[in-house]
Amino acid sequence: MRPLITFVVGFIFAIGLALSGMTQPHVVRGFLDIFGSWNYSLMGVMGGAIALHSIAFYLIRKRATPLLDAQFHLPTKKDIDLRLLAGAAIFGLGWGWAGICPGPSFVAAVSGDTNILWFIASMLGGMGVFKFLEAKKVL
Amino acid sequence: MVNAIIGGLIIGLAVSIMLLFNGRVTGISGILGGIIAPKKNDFDWRLAFFIGLLSGGALLFYLKPEQFVNLSQASTVDYIIAGFLVGFGTLLGNGCTSGHGVCGISRLSIRSILSTLTFIGFGVLSVLIYKSLRGEL
Repeated sequence: MRPLITFVVGFIFAIGLALSGMTQPHVVRGFLDIFGSWNYSLMGVMGGAIALHSIAFYLIRKRATPLLDAQFHLPTKKDIDLRLLAGAAIFGLGWGWAGICPGPSFVAAVSGDTNILWFIASMLGGMGVFKFLEAKKVL
Repeated sequence: MVNAIIGGLIIGLAVSIMLLFNGRVTGISGILGGIIAPKKNDFDWRLAFFIGLLSGGALLFYLKPEQFVNLSQASTVDYIIAGFLVGFGTLLGNGCTSGHGVCGISRLSIRSILSTLTFIGFGVLSVLIYKSLRGEL
């Protein structure tokens, strides 16, 4: 049952991403181009998503458990460390460079755009390198 | 802007369904990271998520192909460089736009708020560097 839920979540998520413009690299780069021809419309994506989910989060967390699991699996880390900030900085550089982030890349890939497919392949490579270094205790 | 807000509300609905039923945050990079280095009994739901993501994308591509037009002039090499940074950075920093930006901020996680400010700041910087290298400033 749980995979069925995640399928539905992925399906709905993709519709939201595609409608919002997050799947279009020039729109995302326009949002990050605050010193140029700034396209602020994507503020509405985060604003809308956070507005709805923060209320839902508050209500759902009043429950002892989720509907299909014995417990919640929320992140527990609290420390502000170099990994968190360096990772975000590296991610931000990549996000701005191409104008695409992980979720929208998979949604945009259905159009068959070869640049997006290269992005995904390289992203998986970057993740693989990280997992390798982490397993070797380098990171 | 209206489309962006509607899209955002739909995304908010999706991550709320995930939390209510499965008790998890919807962080795309984290879900993907668990696919490329799978743990026992922790694979099906992740794969199902991506099948859903592609299926939803396919439906929208059929209904609204204009939402998939990519007017960026960036080269294939640019996408390859960017992809590597995104893959490596999101696993190092435990999340991306969905996990930190949407789910984390909604939970008022300090880590996620700092992460989001950082990746947006460096995203802005990246666009500046990109444009200056191409003489577009």
